Amino acid sequence: MTGRHESVIVGVVTRLAIPFIQMFAFYVIAHGHYSAGGGFQGGVLLAMSTVLPRIVFGAEESRRQFSTRAAITLAGCGVMIYFLTGVAGLLYGGSFLDYGALAFLGEDHAIRRYLGILIVETGIGFGVWGALVTVYDQLLDGAQPV
Amino acid sequence: MRALTLPVMAAFAALLIYAGDDFAPLGDPEAPASTHVAARYVERSMHDTHTPNIVTSVLADYRGFDTLGETTVVFTAAIAAWCILLTGRKEDDS
Repeated sequence: MTGRHESVIVGVVTRLAIPFIQMFAFYVIAHGHYSAGGGFQGGVLLAMSTVLPRIVFGAEESRRQFSTRAAITLAGCGVMIYFLTGVAGLLYGGSFLDYGALAFLGEDHAIRRYLGILIVETGIGFGVWGALVTVYDQLLDGAQPV
Repeated sequence: MRALTLPVMAAFAALLIYAGDDFAPLGDPEAPASTHVAARYVERSMHDTHTPNIVTSVLADYRGFDTLGETTVVFTAAIAAWCILLTGRKEDDS
């Protein structure tokens, strides 16, 4: 068993910190339009919110809540969100990844591109989240005597 | 062979230092990188994408195709880790 602590303090602080880490991660993703941040950075924070319980409560208990299979699926979904946004631009008569053509996002072209950026940043965030958790889990499995 | 290493490395280092001299100075407005499309991005980012952070509008909109590739690279790295380490574990079991 890797890294199981029986400390009450560590457990309680982790449980308290994780919602705030995730909230900050989504803030970083959504606030990339105005300050430093974006999908990659927010995705890393989301991944850390998943890796932290793996370290504190042990991989076995943590994986019951968020399995490796779920992580790799999430990563695929993230890339898919990005790719399908590009294809949607094609379907609406624009070119690939042309958010200005996405008519369902509103009337104004600038607003469409603003929201298009937000959608693909979310896709990037999920992709990085799933990918990092997958790599962490697989490396941990390799380290354990089977 | 080992005797050759140092002269070859020194020659490459000299070549790089010589070529580095031709780089445009940092922040030079006349540099080729600043005269092509960069000025257009800076001027039109707010008008085109309603995004004050030009880094984000270049990353996700003007250079969106590039970033799609980057995201795919991250995903591919995860898939590769999955495949390689999963195969290793199965061999251990048998």
